[in-house]
Amino acid sequence: MSFQLNKQYYGDYGEAKNGAADISTSGASKQEWPLWEIFIRNKQGLDHKHVGSLHAADAAMAIENARDVYTRRMEGVSIWAVETKFIHASNPDDAAALYDPANDKAYRHPTFYDLPEAVKYM
Amino acid sequence: MEKNLETIFQEKIDAEIRIEPKDWMPEKYRQTLIRQISQHAHSEIVGMLPEGNWITRAPSLRRKAILLAKVQDEAGHGLYLYSAAETLGISRDEMTEQLHTGKAKYSSIFNYPTLSWADMGVIGWLVDGAAIMNQVPLCRSSFGPYARAMVRVCKEESFHQRQGFEILLTLSKGTEAQRQMAQDAIDRWWWPSIMMFGPKDDESPNSILSMKWKIKRFSNDELRQKFIDVIAEQVKVLGFTLPDKDLKWNETRKHYDFGSINWDEFWQVIQGNGPCNKERLDARKKAWADGEWVRDAATAYANKKAKQNKAA
Ligand SMILES: [Fe+2]
Ligand SMILES: [Fe+2]
Ligand SMILES: [Fe+2]
Repeated sequence: MSFQLNKQYYGDYGEAKNGAADISTSGASKQEWPLWEIFIRNKQGLDHKHVGSLHAADAAMAIENARDVYTRRMEGVSIWAVETKFIHASNPDDAAALYDPANDKAYRHPTFYDLPEAVKYM
Repeated sequence: MEKNLETIFQEKIDAEIRIEPKDWMPEKYRQTLIRQISQHAHSEIVGMLPEGNWITRAPSLRRKAILLAKVQDEAGHGLYLYSAAETLGISRDEMTEQLHTGKAKYSSIFNYPTLSWADMGVIGWLVDGAAIMNQVPLCRSSFGPYARAMVRVCKEESFHQRQGFEILLTLSKGTEAQRQMAQDAIDRWWWPSIMMFGPKDDESPNSILSMKWKIKRFSNDELRQKFIDVIAEQVKVLGFTLPDKDLKWNETRKHYDFGSINWDEFWQVIQGNGPCNKERLDARKKAWADGEWVRDAATAYANKKAKQNKAA
């Protein structure tokens, strides 16, 4: 039985297929690493919560950096990294129009209903 | 229209409603925050240098691990704060450039040298102590991302001060030479530490607006007094003294009186003429230049991977 060992060096393969590496040399076209939003699950069973953002060249680096920046004290058991440009947010100026429909529906809350003291466990 | 928005904005501030990055805000508020948050971030980053200086010479493995963890925390603090500032529309690279060109300032305290191991104790106790005094009220700052970053920072800071105090406590029980080393460190750092709170209130140009907008909650002088009152008591536990012959409890004020601060020195250091200003900035610029190929290589690699994934 034979197998091929494919040894790959960091960033050192696929050169022939994809052409020269894309390193800019002029200061003008220098680019920052993209910004990522980081979400951390504190412990199993809880949801991921936004904790902040950081810069990284790619998703793998974003997760590694998030480990160092946001979980130095066991704050997490799982990390999500989302490139900031992919986040769509509601506009604060639209808040009135967006949330107004929920404003006058107090009957969606249990406290809206007056029940006699005698009723237990409800 | 403009006035109307400004009124709404001030009403939110007065009602303790946090301002978020996409909310309308006066341009001056945005500028003030960018200045304050980025300078705070720069202080965390430059602040790693004086302590980094002693990591390889820590007296035990325990102390070395602790100092390493503390300095790593400071890097984290810088990163939380840079990303909070970025939500206001300034880029990370712009901030880095402002630091390197001297356009943006950082805390004057980090322009003093760390001459002995005892300095690690005093920095934790006094410098981190003063930072905490400044930072705790910032957890309620009106700008959401800043306040949230500060909550994180403050949680991590308290070990910084305690480990520093512990170093001094150990030295205070040591040999005569160790006690002298600790006292000497306190003597050198005391005045610069109380200068960290910034100029006196009547000479602090940005304070009044910052208070109205609840970016700051207490004035420089209020915080400085609070700090002095606390430290004047803690130093007794160590059996050392603070180098101020005018330091005295004032029964009517219920505060410690203290001697006059050498503001000339403060402004000299802010303007770049402190003992280590040049060394600190050179170290930052060198780190940035030396890291350039790493940044470029990682970008190139990410681009190539992205292309490959598209092709596949
Ligand atoms: Fe810090
Ligand atoms: Fe700090
Ligand atoms: Fe600290």
